[in-house]
Amino acid sequence: MKITNKEYDELAKKHSPNSKTIINMIKAFVIGGLICVIGQALIYFYMSFDLSKQDSGTMTSITLIFLSALLTGLEVYDRVARHGGAGTLVPITGFANAVVSPALEFKSEGHIAGLAAKMFVVAGPVIVYGLAAAFVYGILVYIFTYL
Amino acid sequence: MGSFIENGTIRLNNNPSILSFAAVVGKTEGDGPLGNEFDEVFEDITLGEKTWEKSESRLQEIALQKAMAKGEISESQIDFLFAGDLLNQCVASNYGVRSFEIPFVGLFGACSTMAESLIMASIFVDSNIATHTAAMTSSHYCSAERQFRLPLNYGGQRTPTAQWTVTGSGAAIITTQDKPPFVRSVTIGKIRDMGIKDAANMGAAMAQAAYETISTHLASTSTSFDDYDLILTGDLGMIGTNMLRELFQRDGFDLNDKHNDCGLMIYDLNKQDVHAGGSGCGCSASVLCGHILKQLKDGAINDVLFCATGALMSPTMIQQGESIPSIAHAVHISATI
Repeated sequence: MKITNKEYDELAKKHSPNSKTIINMIKAFVIGGLICVIGQALIYFYMSFDLSKQDSGTMTSITLIFLSALLTGLEVYDRVARHGGAGTLVPITGFANAVVSPALEFKSEGHIAGLAAKMFVVAGPVIVYGLAAAFVYGILVYIFTYL
Repeated sequence: MGSFIENGTIRLNNNPSILSFAAVVGKTEGDGPLGNEFDEVFEDITLGEKTWEKSESRLQEIALQKAMAKGEISESQIDFLFAGDLLNQCVASNYGVRSFEIPFVGLFGACSTMAESLIMASIFVDSNIATHTAAMTSSHYCSAERQFRLPLNYGGQRTPTAQWTVTGSGAAIITTQDKPPFVRSVTIGKIRDMGIKDAANMGAAMAQAAYETISTHLASTSTSFDDYDLILTGDLGMIGTNMLRELFQRDGFDLNDKHNDCGLMIYDLNKQDVHAGGSGCGCSASVLCGHILKQLKDGAINDVLFCATGALMSPTMIQQGESIPSIAHAVHISATI
């Protein structure tokens, strides 16, 4: 029987299951929340050494990035992220994972053409558009503050 | 010599037969329902190699060695080798077979390569050009991921429609002999593109190609589903399988008892986290060369229409917004002449 592309698309949609949104959202909330709780605990931990709140925050970011990079190398982070979804993607740990995982993966093509060049294949767009957005935001702030 | 019938269908008249076959797979496939059927299961899927591409090459090298050993023939007896894989420039095959002294034809048919290579190898034997030929293909989860998707350790979620690339290789040696399994007829498919753009739903993109190739084969060989014990598609997975069955249902055929898909057979979809099932050249290759050919040889089943499916896209074309052209080739393998 002949079938048009439109009918075929409908057939494909009919048989393609959707993601389990509710379960995924709950998992993302719990796992993402847990990462944030660890972050908050780290802030208190550093503040107990008489570090200022800002310095404690910086130290917490550094620690979380280190832990994420380590867990990425130990093949743990991606296993957690399979369930965590956006909960593991959005925190700073997700960004660290996005940089470390291609660096590890493409090490086989050498330290320059592989590791260094491919390090930003996933995170690069975030950096580019993040900087671009920050630039626009900076101009707007300047205009409304000084003009 | 083979005779061309119509619409890509060729009847093979000299009864080319599959002398020997071998399948080697990785751990995940070994843990699946067909785990005991394979010639070797590699717990360490690096296979001792430093890169995933070389691990996949090694799979092919071992599969071909095992197939030759089982058929008790040496590489000098093989006149032509037809092999291909998913990697750019088919490097898994090129590097995997570079140590063999066998005239080599590299093929690309994406995941349809097992059928494609088996067709070519059978035609060469059937037409008396060669006495022994070999057909082989492979895929590797890790080399496919890095080429088509994201780094292995990247933390992301897959959609339920995504399929899991099989780590495995299958090889078959074809010759003329009076022992089964025989390759009776083949249908070379046409490219079909139904406008599906989602590279994480390849089963959906390929279902129409399988539907048309199977329909063409039945029509041009004047056979019906009743003439086959099993219609075996390559890697349609759950979504493609359901679509194929519905497409035939619209024509008034109920395929549920007669059809199976290698992508559904190789993993336990309920226990293994593989979403819509297996995919990759190694999927149909390892199921055919590990499980199905054995059943045909033992006479457990008589007639199989093996229809391997391939999604012929690349990451570049998908990023450019193109849809997925698909293909399917059919091979009628039989326990009787």
